[in-house]
Amino acid sequence: MVVNTNLYMQQNRRVLWRFFKNSFVRIFSYITTFIMVWVLCSILVTLMINGFPGITFFMFTHVTASQSKVGGLLNPILGSIIQVGLAACISIPVGISAGIFLAEFNYKKINAIVRFFSDILISVPSILVGLLVYLILVVSIGYSAIAGACSLAILAIPIIARTSEEALAIVPFSIREAGFALGAPKWKVILWICLPAARGGVMTGILLAISRIAGETAPLLFTSLGNSNWSWNIFKPMSSLPLIIYQYADSADDALIKLAWTAALLVTIFVLCLNLIARVYMKRCQRKGRHI
Amino acid sequence: MVFKKLKCFVKRNVASIVFSGWVWGCGVFVLLIFLELIFELFFQGRRAFFTFGTDFFIRSVWNPVNQEYSARAALIGTLVTSIIGVAVALPLSFGCAYSLTELLPSKISQCLTVAIRLLAAVPSIIFGMWGFFILVPLMSDYVQPFLKTTLGTMPYIGALFSGGTFGVGMLTAGLILAIMITPYTTAVMQDAFANVPALLKESAYSLGATQWEVMRRVVLPRLQKIIIGGIVLGWGRALGETMAVTFVIGNAHHIGWSLFMPSNTIASLIALEFPESASEGLRMSSLMALGAILMLISFIVLFCAQWLLKRAVKN
Amino acid sequence: MHIESVSRMVVGHIGKQVLFVIALSSVIAIGVSEISCAQKVKSITGVGSTFAGPLYQNWAEGAEKEIGVQVNYQPLGSGAGRNQIISKTVSFGALDVPTSVEKLTKNNLVQFPTAIGGIAVVVNIPNIKHHMLRLTGPIIADIYSGKIKKWNDPKITEINKDVVLEDLDIAPIYRADGSGTTQVFTSYLVKESHNWAETYGSNTSIAWPLGIGGRGNGSVASMVKNIKGSIGYVEFAYALQNHLCMVQLKDSAGEYITLTEDSLRAAAKTADWVHSKNFNVDLINIVGENAWPIVSTTYVLVPAYNQNSKGVVKFFRWAFDKGDGIAYTLHYVPLPIFVKEKIEKTWEYAGITPNNS
Repeated sequence: MVVNTNLYMQQNRRVLWRFFKNSFVRIFSYITTFIMVWVLCSILVTLMINGFPGITFFMFTHVTASQSKVGGLLNPILGSIIQVGLAACISIPVGISAGIFLAEFNYKKINAIVRFFSDILISVPSILVGLLVYLILVVSIGYSAIAGACSLAILAIPIIARTSEEALAIVPFSIREAGFALGAPKWKVILWICLPAARGGVMTGILLAISRIAGETAPLLFTSLGNSNWSWNIFKPMSSLPLIIYQYADSADDALIKLAWTAALLVTIFVLCLNLIARVYMKRCQRKGRHI
Repeated sequence: MVFKKLKCFVKRNVASIVFSGWVWGCGVFVLLIFLELIFELFFQGRRAFFTFGTDFFIRSVWNPVNQEYSARAALIGTLVTSIIGVAVALPLSFGCAYSLTELLPSKISQCLTVAIRLLAAVPSIIFGMWGFFILVPLMSDYVQPFLKTTLGTMPYIGALFSGGTFGVGMLTAGLILAIMITPYTTAVMQDAFANVPALLKESAYSLGATQWEVMRRVVLPRLQKIIIGGIVLGWGRALGETMAVTFVIGNAHHIGWSLFMPSNTIASLIALEFPESASEGLRMSSLMALGAILMLISFIVLFCAQWLLKRAVKN
Repeated sequence: MHIESVSRMVVGHIGKQVLFVIALSSVIAIGVSEISCAQKVKSITGVGSTFAGPLYQNWAEGAEKEIGVQVNYQPLGSGAGRNQIISKTVSFGALDVPTSVEKLTKNNLVQFPTAIGGIAVVVNIPNIKHHMLRLTGPIIADIYSGKIKKWNDPKITEINKDVVLEDLDIAPIYRADGSGTTQVFTSYLVKESHNWAETYGSNTSIAWPLGIGGRGNGSVASMVKNIKGSIGYVEFAYALQNHLCMVQLKDSAGEYITLTEDSLRAAAKTADWVHSKNFNVDLINIVGENAWPIVSTTYVLVPAYNQNSKGVVKFFRWAFDKGDGIAYTLHYVPLPIFVKEKIEKTWEYAGITPNNS
């Protein structure tokens, strides 16, 4: 917007004051934006500088070692993959089904309640979810990767449920009617027509949920404990990248801190890439949707 | 033929029943998790509540030797850090949302929007590490001495900025929380700003209003509820943040006026003390009781946030 | 017609994707469960003392190579070690402090020592080098109770005439988690300062009046490293590895002692193993020439008459046989031979000696 300020300034001081206020807020806003972008850059740059030299072949092929020895990150990386994978296996079917329940089953009151609580569950402190899983699972079966996966799944389910609900809600009713007209029962229509049509939103939700749980530490602390050795057994304690960061970042040993930075870099890259892919995918699906 | 048809019908119905049963189960499962969360925490914390009674909220001891525990210090730590977080995040996110929707050219603003959304995706433990290695030295060398010599010498509020400038403490934790919740509140505000009808804004511009005046007189009055809802939502997240806080809070059981002092939040206390608490002990029960209190607070806060956002959307 | 074809297309396309995801996840699940069944390597989990963390982790590495026992040791603090072994969620708990006989019998546990280590008092003050600063027990007690707030306090400068101390706030750093290191350190303060004994006492975690808490020896070390004006206490190996600035302490004879391997060994020598019950020896502030005052034995707790414990015993038997060299390189003092024999008898008595020995 172009305002001929000189003219106004001559006319009265009030305009000057308005102009001043406007530019003050404007500069303030630029500064705040700059601060946030600086924080992101600072995080990424510190991660790169400290973590990048640690990304070596050795690191990917060796398990964590004891203090004062050189170790790699093989077991936390695989542990993270296994636990997040298990959590995805649990949460994707449950989450999508919950989404279907919210979108396709018309029980107004119950739907509203479930929707409301899953919205709240998304923001519930993750450490409390860890406590819950500890009380339910760990007390009975001991520290285990499966308990860790369950706590991650509990965090992912509401996210997947809400996003798939939203995705299903925008599927036009005419497509459903076409399915019904062919004599398909409701479950077939939902599973084989609505869900595929809403795949963009559902996939985005899944990716976002995975990117959220991949970096979670607090719930794993009480459930999968961590393991300094290599272990395939999902009923035994298992290591994971966030736990390793939590342990190593706090030590004074420079080699361990280096490893912590490397682990942090790996987690961040994974999470941010997944997040970016989800966003790009969402955009693409939206664009495609417009063409149809 | 008839038999085949019947079989087909039953088969179809079985699938249908199984499917709706499963879907119903999943829907109710979400609800059950939530109720179980509240119930289990209060149930496990009952011993602490019964043993200490109101003392649990009034006294400020946390003494494993004498088996005396109370919630006050951690509760105050949680509230103070999260309120600092919200207080800093409010102007930060408003500034970001304002410049991204109204001021910057759309190409740049799109890039920056993605950047800020990505910031929301960064795991909290990374914030913790970054805070400990980057922010803490920054605070102890520059920010805290500066605050101490300026605000610290003023009457009344001077007490808030006194004490040793060691970098870790409630102020640093609050700032980290602010950075963490800003992307969320920014996103809420950005959506809200973008949804204000262009017609309204344009008519205000045509009357000669400056950009800030349009924001202040036209946009903001329409969006009070959404903005408050977004901020409260951010507050709810800040309350339970664990990993980022544990790194910079200093893990100390103190209650003091100074924001520089190390403290504890409920979440960081649970993370710290949980592994060493005997599973049937009073300490574990106290931690569960703390968890229950945190659950209750965040439930109320998130409830308000959802309610405000829902109502705003309806309007 | 149009919608039908569209939907069929979509169905076909997505069906494949869904099937792929399901197939992939089931393959992963089956693979994981099968491999987990196939895995039969003997593994034991231990939790506890960060003080002995480096030692056990290094021993674990050697033991895995030589006798095929896999040990997963998580240094979460002695408090965690005690509680988790009582609730039997792990195979062994590691502590830096002896457990009382009543507790042992009540929970059916066996206790034995593994090594002796020293606790260093470390500071971070600009211009102060290794072993330059001298402190006494009462002064440290005063610092941790908040009576001495600055490094140039007269009490400190009086005994440090040869160093220049500037006007700097003291940041006392302690272990926020339950820690045997804390118990040993506070026991030392209790012996040195009457005031401390009355107000705070000694335990794995106490109600510190001020200061900053760290989780584990490593965290305290890193905080001391990063915070100017700080003072903390860590295990000797942590102090050495991280090049922290140690201080000299006054012993009961009035001499200033520096923490070295010699002064640690001198203290360890005086241990009275013969008359001790359950290997409960007190090594804090002992009278001895050039003996470091804050020294402690680190212990392991295992459940008696338990199959799992046999693996633990196998591991520690190997460690006592072959692990002395590792202990020396990590700056711990290994146990004398007659103590190891006594421990062997204890194992036998508790019925946890491995059969194929």
